[in-house]
Amino acid sequence: MDVRAKLAILADAAKYDASCASSGAKSTRAGSQIGSTEGMGICHSYSPDGRCISLLKILLTNYCIYDCQYCINRISSDTPRARFTVDEVVSLTMEFYKRNYVEGLFLSSGIIQNSDYTMEQLIAVAKQLRTVHGYGGYLHLKTIPNAAQSLIEEAGKWADRLSVNIELPSEGDLYQLAPEKKKPQIVGAMQGIRQKIDEAQQEQAAGYKPPRFAPAGQSTQMIVGATPTSDVEVLKTASELYTGQRLRRVYYSAYSPIPHADARLPGQAPPLIREHRLYQADWLMRFYGFEADEIVTEPDRNLSLDIDPKLAWALANRHFFPVDVNRASREELLRIPGIGVRNVKRLLAIRKHKNLRSEDLKKLRVAWNRAKVFVLTADHNPNLSDLDKLDLGKRMRPKSQQLMLFDAAGSARSGEV
Amino acid sequence: MHFVRIDTFDQWRSEARRLLLAETAPSEVSFSTTDDQLSLFASEPNVPTSSGQRGAAAASVLKVPREFLALAETVACHRGTHRWELLYRTVWRLTHGEPQLLQISMDDDVHSLQQMLKAVTRDVHKMKAFVRFRKLEEASSPQASYVAWHRPDHRIVRLAAPFFARRFKAMHWTILTPDESATWDQTQLRYGAGVPASESPDGDALEALWKTYYASIFNPARVNVAMMKREMPVRHWQTLPETELIPELLAAAPARVAEMIENNEGFAQTAAHYMPADTGLDSLRAAAASCRACDLHHCATQTVFGEGPPRARIVIVGEQPGDNEDIAGKPFVGPAGQLLDQSLARAGIQRDEVYVTNVVKHFKFTTRGKRRLHRKPDSREIFACRPWLEAELAAVKPSSILCLGATSSQALFGRDFRITLSRGQTFETEWSRRTIATWHPAAILRMPDAARSQQMEQQLVDDLVLAAARPGKT
Ligand code: SF4
Repeated sequence: MDVRAKLAILADAAKYDASCASSGAKSTRAGSQIGSTEGMGICHSYSPDGRCISLLKILLTNYCIYDCQYCINRISSDTPRARFTVDEVVSLTMEFYKRNYVEGLFLSSGIIQNSDYTMEQLIAVAKQLRTVHGYGGYLHLKTIPNAAQSLIEEAGKWADRLSVNIELPSEGDLYQLAPEKKKPQIVGAMQGIRQKIDEAQQEQAAGYKPPRFAPAGQSTQMIVGATPTSDVEVLKTASELYTGQRLRRVYYSAYSPIPHADARLPGQAPPLIREHRLYQADWLMRFYGFEADEIVTEPDRNLSLDIDPKLAWALANRHFFPVDVNRASREELLRIPGIGVRNVKRLLAIRKHKNLRSEDLKKLRVAWNRAKVFVLTADHNPNLSDLDKLDLGKRMRPKSQQLMLFDAAGSARSGEV
Repeated sequence: MHFVRIDTFDQWRSEARRLLLAETAPSEVSFSTTDDQLSLFASEPNVPTSSGQRGAAAASVLKVPREFLALAETVACHRGTHRWELLYRTVWRLTHGEPQLLQISMDDDVHSLQQMLKAVTRDVHKMKAFVRFRKLEEASSPQASYVAWHRPDHRIVRLAAPFFARRFKAMHWTILTPDESATWDQTQLRYGAGVPASESPDGDALEALWKTYYASIFNPARVNVAMMKREMPVRHWQTLPETELIPELLAAAPARVAEMIENNEGFAQTAAHYMPADTGLDSLRAAAASCRACDLHHCATQTVFGEGPPRARIVIVGEQPGDNEDIAGKPFVGPAGQLLDQSLARAGIQRDEVYVTNVVKHFKFTTRGKRRLHRKPDSREIFACRPWLEAELAAVKPSSILCLGATSSQALFGRDFRITLSRGQTFETEWSRRTIATWHPAAILRMPDAARSQQMEQQLVDDLVLAAARPGKT
């Protein structure tokens, strides 16, 4: 099989992976000849599915000895199989990079022979790129479940980011769909990485120059919708991982590639909307100080599909409002629907010099239609009288579901609300 | 009124300084650039500039925030003709009683500046993203060189070029744009004249691979063209080789989704949905008769369930019913069944002592003329049907299981099981301590080499004997 045929199979097999970000490593490795990492990731192209292409995202092989039911590469699947050699991956990466097609490599693999052997192959790619080719571009390795800690430590020397996939939101889900994977082992692997990252940071703070270890941190991916597990559970797992393992990102990947009608919203394509809502909720947890429990307001313990989680929270917590934009703390401002992190920063800067009126907010391009019911401004805001109306929730729901589908794909990069 | 012609940021900076020192109000100055079609004022002489005023004293009078200078330098790259005017008005206001002006984001001038800043920054970002180098190899030089043509919206080559120098340090590269070009020779950045698209180099052999990647990483189940166009504006498509694939990719998407569902998705149901509460064999058989979990029930005549004594010591598992079995509704009644019967007899086993069944319970076939030709079940069908087999095994609790052929062996041992390597060996599985794989009688019948066929038949008999043997005291 030639490289092009392999590429077709092994990129196709990676198309389900949600991770795309190439940001986080603030400085380029010393001695790099080709390639740089400068903090901000760059999307080099966009696929017609609306997702960005910033990395050469491939599997080393899609053969796998495991049989996880949600996974296309499971041993019992009929999918065509291929395997790259280490040299082939190295050369593809260098050649694509030199033409500025990509920002780096995201390499993952099915498990061949055993976990350690597979992990060694991934490390060989990374090491060759760094040492033979002076490659300084972004490199993300997906660690193989159950690989030895010493191998993960070696991988962290070469990679900018490591990820350990949690795969499914709960222990029970794993038991059911991926019996060979166990949550304690997965979390244990994350912990191992976290410790090494912490050590490197401490040494750096103490003025040493420790060898680099996954400077862009670690991330994980969770498949959502393969089991009936609710959004609350999903978000709690995510929040546990953010705080406990200091993950940089949790990626959510809607399980079903087909528009299976979700019972909660017949006829739509809910996997995408659900994914979008999860990214928004995740954003609220990371940047707005929300807790998983309070974000989910629906009785079925799932996020509302038709309004964003911040608005849903506001509607369920009207006693918190109105918030006075001229006096409220940053934390309070952040809870106003339709006003994002950037605008909160602006409001805080402006109000030192002048009193903010409704007009000013509109000029700042806050989502006034969402915000207007919840804010106290220096002038009279007539919309405030709606705050106590019982049908407010109904009125604030968008008329057409189409609107939401439109921007759903952007949420993987930013879930800002 | 003063008329000033400005082409570069440095020019603007010294003009602005001079005008400020002369207390010239913004309303008294008109700025133009070479780009502008100001024929009306073309003959108007510029206000003479004198570099002598650039003294330390002047600098101390004009205290503008550092933040403004950075902003102004970037905004200067914007193509908007009013940028110099706007910058001058802003610096005037900053130095005339509004030192905090830049914080007031909703001020009209500040807002315009921020919009321009955003446009330029975005354009720089797009240049970093959408420059595509093509490799040129010339026989005369040992070094390959990489050349790209790109059309930025604003005059940003000098803002973006240093980034490429850092990133592609060990490469010779040139980026051509209509206004300006930049070249890196591994030590120094040089800027030159602009170049039209027609003078840029043609393709690169690697583009075929890149397009393969682009087509394969696209998930047809998530088409979102609006999002793609928002982030990858159509005006840049000309230089992005992969974009020519977009129409075909979109046209093929529905068919690919159908195929993904077909191959990867599994059926919405499995036999588990049809499982009766009572898991005795009779009740299972009755329930399986109306199983609709996978598509095989459409064409087949009937469900062919397992058959034999409910407490059989041996369960024999085949692949799936064939033509004869489909008509009869009983497993192993065709030619393969007859060979199985003979082998059972040679092994000293009565057919009615064993429970005989298949991994998949419906006949799968294609029609050729009047004939129905057997087709192998795929893994989705096997997965959908497996709950029946598991329920049968749980009900019978055999002491040995004999798997006939690769399909049934892989259903019980996993997909990497190789019958050629592990035939005739006894394994422990969750259904029985003695699970053995052997040849399928149909494979023996199809074997063209008579000697080999005889050998396989003997092995089938041996394996039947092994399955029937009472386990030792171990
Ligand atoms: S082949 Fe099996 S799963 Fe499919 S319909 Fe028939 S009995 Fe049900």
